[in-house]
Order: sequence, then C-alpha cells, then structure tokens
Amino acid sequence: MKILVAISNVPDTTSKIQFTENDTKFNSAGVTYIINPYDEWYALVRALELKETGAATQVTILHVGLTDSEATIRKGLALGADDAVRVDADSSDAFFVAEQIANYAKTNNYELIMLGKETINYNGSSVGAAVAGLLDYPFISLATKLDANGKTLTFEQDVDGGSQIIECDLPLVVSAAKGMAEQRIPNMRGIMAARTKPLTIVAPTAAQALTSIKSFSLNPGRTTCKMITEDNIAELVTLLHIEAKVI
Amino acid sequence: MSVLVYTEINKGQVKKSSLECVNYAAHIAKQLNLPVVALVNNTSGAPLTDIGNAGASKILQANNQAALSDNAIASELIENAAKSENAKVIIFAFDTSGKAIAPRAAAKLKAGLVAGAIDYPVINGTSFEIKKNVFSGKASAVYTILSEVKVISLLPNSFKTVLASNSAQIVDFNPSLTTPLRIKIKEIKSNDSGETAPLPEAELVVSAGRGLKGPENWGIIEELAKSLGATTACSRPVADMHWRPHHEHVGQTGLAIRPNLYIAIGISGAIQHLAGVNGSKTIVVINNDKEAPFFKSADYGIVGDAFSIVPKLIEEIKKFKANQN
Ligand SMILES: Cc1cc2nc3c(=O)[nH]c(=O)nc-3n(C[C@H](O)[C@H](O)[C@H](O)COP(=O)(O)OP(=O)(O)OC[C@H]3O[C@@H](n4cnc5c(N)ncnc54)[C@H](O)[C@@H]3O)c2cc1C
Ligand SMILES: Nc1ncnc2c1ncn2[C@@H]1O[C@H](COP(=O)(O)O)[C@@H](O)[C@H]1O
Repeated sequence: MKILVAISNVPDTTSKIQFTENDTKFNSAGVTYIINPYDEWYALVRALELKETGAATQVTILHVGLTDSEATIRKGLALGADDAVRVDADSSDAFFVAEQIANYAKTNNYELIMLGKETINYNGSSVGAAVAGLLDYPFISLATKLDANGKTLTFEQDVDGGSQIIECDLPLVVSAAKGMAEQRIPNMRGIMAARTKPLTIVAPTAAQALTSIKSFSLNPGRTTCKMITEDNIAELVTLLHIEAKVI
Repeated sequence: MSVLVYTEINKGQVKKSSLECVNYAAHIAKQLNLPVVALVNNTSGAPLTDIGNAGASKILQANNQAALSDNAIASELIENAAKSENAKVIIFAFDTSGKAIAPRAAAKLKAGLVAGAIDYPVINGTSFEIKKNVFSGKASAVYTILSEVKVISLLPNSFKTVLASNSAQIVDFNPSLTTPLRIKIKEIKSNDSGETAPLPEAELVVSAGRGLKGPENWGIIEELAKSLGATTACSRPVADMHWRPHHEHVGQTGLAIRPNLYIAIGISGAIQHLAGVNGSKTIVVINNDKEAPFFKSADYGIVGDAFSIVPKLIEEIKKFKANQN
C-alpha cells in the first residue's frame, strides 16, 4: 500500500494576523510557516507508523503551493516521509487543490490518501471530501484512529453525539483528527536525510478555481471586560440576563 | 429552478442547524424569486412541519438507509436532487455531516463552495459574495463564488431560527443511485447523555481548564452546567490528560464553537484555545490570576479562586431560575 499525505503550509498558530494590498492578501512578513498541525501530527505520523509496522510500503507527501513552502516540505521529509511532491501552483481554492491531489494520486496509484481535518488558515474542511468525490472513492471524515489489516482499514471517527467504528476497503480518502497519532519531533538523522530525499516539482493539471477571495478583515476583538468582584456574583447573573440577554 | 437545502433528523426532530439552513435558504430564495426545496432522508416518522415553517415550500423525502452510513451515497442523493430541482444554490450545515458531504457534492457538480458562511450572500447578478471566518476566527474573508451553481455551508448558531406558519408539500424522492455502499459501521459509541445539547449546537457552555487541578474536581463544573442547562467543554491539556473525554476539547485542534454564553473557568486563554471559542456571543472568565490573557477576550470577568466562586455562582443561578418560574 502506497500512502499519499496531503500537507498544507500554514502560519504558525501564534502568528500575528495582518493583511496587505488593500486587505486582499495575507501579510506574511515575519510569519513562520509550519505544516498544518492536523496534517503533520495526525495524518503524516500515522502514515509513518503504518510504514514502520509494514502495512505501508511508501509514504509520499504532496503539497500544492509555490516555492516558499520548501522548508515546510523538508520538515515532512525530516519526520520520515520517503519522498515529496510539490504541485507548482497557488492554492487558495479548495476545488483546485482537490483536483491536483486527486490527479496525482490517480496517475501514481496511491490507494490511501490522508489529509488533515482542516487547515488552520482557511478552515475549509473541504479538500478531503472533494478529492474523494473527484476519484469516486469513499471518504472517511474526522478519523481519530486508523488500523490496517491487508486491504481492509478500520477507523474510529467522531459523529454527532459520539463516535463509531467503521470498516472500509482500499482505495479510500481519510481526514485525520486528534487522536490518530502523537506529535513527533524530527531527529538529527532525519533532518540530514531530508536534504537528499527526492522533492519532485510538477506542473498543475488544468483545473478551474471555483471561488476566489475578494477581501479580508480582522474580526473585532472584545473591547472591555467588565470586572465583577467575588462578593457580588448576583450582579453577574443580572448582567447575563439583562445586559447580555444570554440567560 | 430552486434553492435546495439538505436537512437532517436527530432524535426524532429536525436538527436545529437544519432549520437555520432552511431559514437562510429562504432569505436567498426571496431575493432570487425562487422556491426553497428541502431534502430529508430517513425521517423515521419525525414531524417535518418545522421545515415548512422555516420557509421551504417542498420537501423531498428520501428513504435511503445506506446514505446514512456512507457520505458518498448521501452526496449522490443530493446531486440527484440538485439536478431534478435545477438547484442554483445548495445549502448545508457546516457540521459533521455537512463537512463530509457538501464538498463532495460541490466537486461533483463543479460548483464553488464557501464552507462555514457567517452571513447572507451579497447577490449581484450571478455573483455571490459570502463572508466566512478564516485564521481560526481571528479574521474573516469575503469569498466570491465563480461558478453558476453555488454551494454554501452555514456555520451553526450564526443565525436565530424564525418559524412562521407555512406548510410544505411532501413528495417521496427515491432516485436509483449507482454508488455502492463501501463503509460498514461496526459499532456506535454514544457519549450522548441525552440531557443537554451536543457541544457543537449548544447555546450555553461551561468550560474548565487545568486550573481545576484534577478530574475529581469536575463536580462543581457539572453542577454549574446543570443549573444553567449548559453543555460542558474543556481545554486541550485537560482532554490530553484524560481528565475529560476528548470530544469536550475546544480550540484550534478541537471543536470550534460559538454559543451564546461561554463560561471559562481556570483556563488561561491561550491563542489556540481562543481560536475555538472567540465566536461566542458572550464570554465570562473566572481565573485567580488577574493577568490571565483570557480577560482580554472576555465580556465579564471575576478574579479569584474557582473553588470558592463557582459554588457561589451555582447558588445565584439557582436563585435566579427559581425567581423566573
Ligand atoms: C498547535 C497548537 C494547538 C493547540 N490547540 C489547542 C486547543 O485546541 N485547545 C486548547 O485549549 N489548547 C490548545 N493548545 C494548547 C494551548 O497553547 C494551551 O497550552 C492550553 O490551552 C492551556 O490550557 P489551560 O488554560 O487549561 O491550562 P493553563 O495554561 O495551565 O491555565 C490554567 C489557568 O488556570 C488558572 N488557575 C489556576 N488555579 C486556579 C483556581 N484555583 N481558580 C481559578 N483559576 C485558576 C491559572 O491562572 C491559569 O490561567 C494548542 C497548542 C498548540 C501549540
Ligand atoms: N495547498 C494544499 N496542498 C496540499 N494539501 C492541502 C492543501 N490545502 C489543503 N490541503 C489538505 O486538505 C486538508 C483540508 O484542508 P481545508 O479544506 O483547506 O481545510 C488539509 O488538512 C490538508 O491535508
């Protein structure tokens, strides 16, 4: 079984969010980029574990993006992926990204495609299900556990009001949520090896973006916090009822 | 032509998030002068009157058990409905099932999707501009949908549901589908106490963090939640240490919620925690450190020891509730 892990390149979780060019672009000045946490901690690490136990033969990471994401891709290689592919294209539309992932997976016979549950910049939770649709593969969303037994995979996934254990045969697409694996730190050997592992750059397949971003704005923060003293808790209840009207 | 809405039943009732979607669809349909058609699968006898009251004029009632376990089949069902009703706009809830189905249906229909919309679209001729949160709630972006058919999934709790007397025509909808059933459900584990709303839909949430010191101290948190009729949540380390079940974890890597009231007790207010809760309408913070960052993102704050404040708050809420009745 060959596994393709789709990784996204996102601003570090503590980044200051600012926009430029008349609020039409994210201002990346001074921002550190990382692999999207769900893609790295859960999807990629679980894929590597499957290779370590012999269930998978190859783990490839795929990223749709421009040259500035090379450091992120190398980090994925340092963690242990065998090789990497970058589809050389801007990646703001989920459908366009999904077309790229689906196309690469199909032409190169990947049976298991793993993604994160969502990116922390666009929060779309969209690419995985779209990839599955384009390939006509089943889609397992929000999986918190994944085990392989030959061609049959077992998952635990979150659903409304609980979770469920399900089974599905390859090929398939899965989105990974917290629980699937534990975060790893790359070691020195991994970092050295990453420098010489193959990173292939491929041209995008023809696909049309179906959405575009017109503008950004910062969400207003809360301006003032009303402080209430411990001996006056009845006042809080009154404020929640009369002022905030939430109880 | 129509505006199509995908609706679901939970515990014998139309889901609250589905009714929000029907309302939202009705708002768009009015501008486009189109009817609202709702698709519902496996009603098992649940009353559908509220779908009409929320603004649908027609309900397509499917009876497809397989679509409940395999989202690929649910998607094909919706694609069929979209074609037979000539849907120009399709609305989903941005919840567990909507996230699994909407992007698939959109990709199949080559329709642009805005996932997690927080406002009505601005409609200008054939162009739709829609706002959604990005950067985990720190900012929002206006997306333009470029395709002819538009798919929108709506962030739950973004709109109040308004019901008016209106009856919808119910028609059976069972097209023949080609997608095989490939996902087998082996076991369902419920964590549904049945008493309070599930966290993603909850209007009132009481949440606690590492400041509570240990799982044995959650009694006061549960009691406070009970006195309000609220659902409980927690910070990530609390779930990681197994003090609380992981489905209660909110934040960047957990659930993003936007209740009317979020009470945070013994939570410092790290940026990754805020990412999951800063869409809440009102935030109350209880923390013994007056410098805790959470106070900067709160509407009301109390500085002090949770172990003495929470019991007092429970008492005051009980008094308030008693006076209300
Ligand atoms: C990539 C990434 C993703 C993350 N995702 C999430 C996420 O999704 N959700 C999340 O929650 N965190 C997340 N974190 C972790 C986050 O950074 C914080 O570490 C975490 O939120 C802290 O949890 P806490 O507030 O419960 O604990 P602490 O930071 O330890 O805070 C405890 C608070 O309790 C107060 N306190 C102590 N005793 C009392 C008392 N007796 N009465 C009242 N108050 C008291 C203290 O003053 C303190 O403010 C993430 C981190 C990273 C790097
Ligand atoms: N540009 C990209 N390149 C590769 N994978 C991506 C890209 N964008 C998103 N993904 C994958 O799709 C998942 C869901 O992304 P999203 O739909 O944007 O929330 C992510 O967790 C990644 O696994």
